[in-house]
Formats: sequence, structure tokens, C-alpha cells
Amino acid sequence: MQPSRIDRAVADLQEWFNYRAKAFGPFYRKHMSEYWAPKNFNIWYYFGSLALVVLVNQILTGIFLTMHFKPSALEVAPGISEAFASVELTIMRDVEWGWLVRYMHSTGASAFFIVVYLHMFRGLIYGSAQKPRELVWLLGMLIYLVLMAEAFMGYVLPWGQMSFWGAKVIISLFGAIPMVGDSLVEWIMGDYLPADATLNRFFALHVIALPLVLLLLVVLHLAALHEVGSNNPEGVDIKKVKDANGKPLDGIAFHPYYTVKDLFGVGFFLTICAFVVFFEPTFGGWFLEHDNFVAADKLVTPALIKPVWYYTPYYAMLRVVPDKLLGVLTMFGAIAILFLVPWLDRSPVRSIRYRGWISKLAFALFALSFIWLGKIGAGPGTDPVETIVGRVLTFLYFAFFITMPLWTKIDSTKPVPERVPAHD
Amino acid sequence: MANEGVNHGRRRFLTATTAVVGGAGALVAAVPFIKTWLPSAKAKSAGAPVQQDISKVEVGQMVITEWRGQPVWIIRRTPEQIGALASLNASLRDPESKNEEQQPKYAQNLHRSIKQEWLVMIGVCTHLGCSPKFHGEIKPEPFDAQWKGGFFCPCHKSRFDMAGRVFAGVPAPTNLKVPDYHFVDDKTLVIGVKPEGAA
Repeated sequence: MQPSRIDRAVADLQEWFNYRAKAFGPFYRKHMSEYWAPKNFNIWYYFGSLALVVLVNQILTGIFLTMHFKPSALEVAPGISEAFASVELTIMRDVEWGWLVRYMHSTGASAFFIVVYLHMFRGLIYGSAQKPRELVWLLGMLIYLVLMAEAFMGYVLPWGQMSFWGAKVIISLFGAIPMVGDSLVEWIMGDYLPADATLNRFFALHVIALPLVLLLLVVLHLAALHEVGSNNPEGVDIKKVKDANGKPLDGIAFHPYYTVKDLFGVGFFLTICAFVVFFEPTFGGWFLEHDNFVAADKLVTPALIKPVWYYTPYYAMLRVVPDKLLGVLTMFGAIAILFLVPWLDRSPVRSIRYRGWISKLAFALFALSFIWLGKIGAGPGTDPVETIVGRVLTFLYFAFFITMPLWTKIDSTKPVPERVPAHD
Repeated sequence: MANEGVNHGRRRFLTATTAVVGGAGALVAAVPFIKTWLPSAKAKSAGAPVQQDISKVEVGQMVITEWRGQPVWIIRRTPEQIGALASLNASLRDPESKNEEQQPKYAQNLHRSIKQEWLVMIGVCTHLGCSPKFHGEIKPEPFDAQWKGGFFCPCHKSRFDMAGRVFAGVPAPTNLKVPDYHFVDDKTLVIGVKPEGAA
């Protein structure tokens, strides 16, 4: 049969395109159709692609929110700033479907941290940070860091009580730095307290500067991953056994196999998110704190100041250390130490499946201390017993990392097979 | 690129000088951008002194006024509250107010004020900037059974006595800050300006 005119037109167009963008085909193959991912991914491997989905959600809903949001702390009514009014009145009540976009954005923020924490824990228990994936881990940690700054600044924008006092507390952390602390705080706020200037610059950073950095880091994170290949629940190196064409025997093409698998995960995940958005958008005060529905009042501190749940483990550490500078150092140290995991983990095997009881216990204790610290940080913090418990948990948190070179080395291991156990 | 006949010393010199000059230029160019973040002229001018009428303040009462956007407490202390101050010294971090940044020289005394009865203080916790709550009554409190009156920060549980002195073992590192202030007459207080002749 003769090729039809349409077939020929398509072929011509393809030729036209390929002549001008020769790198596109190889690029697509390298990252999609011939990116060989281990075939034994389990549920833990959803969270990377889910993080990407949430990022897209945040950018899209964020763009629409900027169309109505006013980054101004000037009063439009007694005690009500323009920013607060633009969120709680304009977007939430006056703009058609504005509430949906706003709740998608606020739920997305918490969802982001849920998937990122699970993604990080996955990396930890399967030894994904080990050689040769150190760069992937470091770039991921940078993403986490920028994400925390991004979420903090976003939380300030509605200019409610928690926005204002949260900003005050977090910016004051920099005041603990000897010598330059106080001037640094003034420089960050652009005033003697969080004010219009602070709100305006946080808006600029939240919608332009940090998202650009975040996107760049995500691209680098994926590029670094695709260079060394994905780890898997067995910690087996699939590149060791390849077929005649150089394709790992235990690898399958990312597209279509994992794009389809991830789509299933996305559907499941979005169903849960939709439930929150439609039925419980504040999530009982965990995703949006009740006090933030009250306009910022710079003379009255709310009775209970606590950050949103994803910062509470670190906040608890800050609170249980009875010294300002030490508390701040402990808090930032807790995040900084995560960067070192690729060099602290000396285990000869990657996955928890081939590690002994010491590692399993250590991972369990670490998860427990992180969650329990989160609970303490979210509470009122008046109970002296809880303060002691918090100190013990902070000690456990740091001990997990500091002694990691030791327990990963002395722990018994099982021999790791050449290939993924359930093959062919 | 042909590498024969290349003068490597010259190439290194050019690379280094380009990097240094370019780097210096970038640094200098960054200064204006960094300085845009400093308090603007408008924000600075909003830091002018404020006047407060204190003729209506009862004994034991606190009024809150605003200076540079921060709460300033003006409290007329009771004799009991003043009397209890000395007894607390042992449980405080800096009972003699040795940290000179936290009060002007003329308020560096047991009651941390110009007049014993009047306490004037910036109501901002020295830990992380929350505004502590006033618990003036001398009675057992959930956070301290021997409470002699003072301030309790809801954010991180720092405690201060009726002179704004910080208790030991709480997160706040220093006593609450006393601003510059003076009495124009018995009825009027000005915050932001020191008394005439004071250092």
C-alpha cells in the first residue's frame, strides 16, 4: 500500500524536527523509554513521582493564587491587613472557586512534606544514599532545605496570627548568631519587627526565587539519579547483569512500565488529597492552624505558638534545650547531619532486608524519636516530664547518626544475591 | 583547539585576573541589592518616640503601648511585688542586670527602672520574640508553685520576675529589655528618649 499523504506529512515533520533538534531523541530515550529501572520497585517508590506531582500542583495553584493575593500588611480595616483580607475574604469568599485553589495549595504543602519524609525514609532504609548515589542524596537534601524555607515563607503570606508570630520566632533564630545576630534579623525583616517589608519580600522569594531554585534542584536530582540508576528494595546492583544489548536483565523501561505504575499511585494519592481538600481542609488544625484564621496582631501573642506539623520535630529540639544559641544549633544541626548519611552509613549491604537486628532496631528507634519529637513540638510544652522525654529523644536522634558508622559496620548481614531474587 | 605554542603562564594569569576582577565586580554589584533589604527610610522614621499618659494607671495595673511596632509594658508595681524582688536573686540568671545591653545605665538596679514603682519594659521575650503574658499576682501558678508575680512566655515557657529578670533554666538567655524612657512630669512618660543628662 502506498503511504498516505498524512503519513508522509508526519514523516516530513519528524524529519524537520530531528534535523533541528538532534539531541531530543537520545534525551527522551535516556530518561524515559530506555531508562532501565529495577523491576522490583515496591510501594515506597511511589513517593518520588508523587513529590513531582505535588510540585506541579503547588506551581499551578500558586500561579492562580497570586492573581488575587495582595502582599501588603497595610490595614484595610481596623486590625485587618490587605494580605489577610485578600486571602480570607477575597480568595476564600469572593473569588469563584477561590477556596478550592487555596485549599489545594495549603493541603499540597502538607502533602509535599508527607511524601518527602516517606521518600527520605525509603532512601535511608534501602541504603539509597550509599555509593554511587551520594550526589543524589545531597541534591535531595538541598531540595528538602529549600522546601522548608519555601513552606515557611508561604505560611507567612496570609498574615494571620501564626503567620506573624511564626515569622517572628523563626527570624529571631538568626539573632542567636553571636555579633551579627541582631543586625541580621533587622536585615531579614527590613524593619524592627515582621512588617509590610517582610511580607513583601517573602512573597517575592516564595513565588519567584525559591521555586526557581527548587525546579533547578529537582532537575539536577533527577539528572544525578539517571546517571547512576535507581536503587531498589533489595539493594541489588542491576547493572551487574546485562543482556547482549547492554540492558540490565532486571531492569524495565521507565516508560511505559513505571509511568503507568506511578499513574496508579497518583490516582490513589489524589483521592486521599481530594478528601482532605473537600472535607477537612484544615485537618483539625494540623495543615492550617486555627489561630491563623485570626488577623495578625503584633501586640498579642497567641497562647500556644507552634509551627506546622512538618517542623515540629525540630521545634521540639529547640524548646527542650535550655539555652538559646545551643537550642538553635541543635535544631539546625539536626537537619545538617542528614547531609552526611552517605558517609555515615558504612554497611556493606544497602537494603534493610539484608541487614541484621541492630540496624532494624536503630531505624525503628529513629523513626520513633522523630515522630514523638514531632508530637512534643506540636504540644504546649508545659509538662516538665515531657521536656525530659524530649531531651532523651533528641539524644536518640543524634546518637542514631553519630554512631551510624559503628552499628552499620558491626551489624550482621546476609549475602546479597547477584540478581533480584524473583526473576524470570 | 590547538595547544602547541600556548603560553600557559600567560593563560593562567589572564584566567586569574579575569576571575578576580569579575568576582570583585559581582561583589560590589551585590551591595545595592543586599542593602535594599535594610529598613527603609519610612520604617526608620516610624521609630519615633511615643508619649504615654500614666495618670490613670492603678497600682498593680499594666498598660501596653506601642513603640517601633513592639509592645511596651508600663506597670505600676505593688509594694508586695517590689518587696519580693530581692528574695528571687538565687533563682535568676542575671539578678544584678550585669548584661548592660538589656537596660540603660539609669535602670541598672534591683527594680530595673527609674522610679521603683514604675516598670517600663519592651514586652518581647529575649528568646525568640514572643510577647510574654503578665501574671502579676503572687500565687502558685501551674508553671511555678512559688510564683512571686512576673511574666510567662507562652511560646517556650520562659519566666521573668516583676523586674523582667529571667529565671535560670529557661530558654530565654537574658533579662527583658528596658527601653530608653523618661518622665516628663508625674503624669507623662516618653518612650524612646533617655532622661536629660543620663549617659
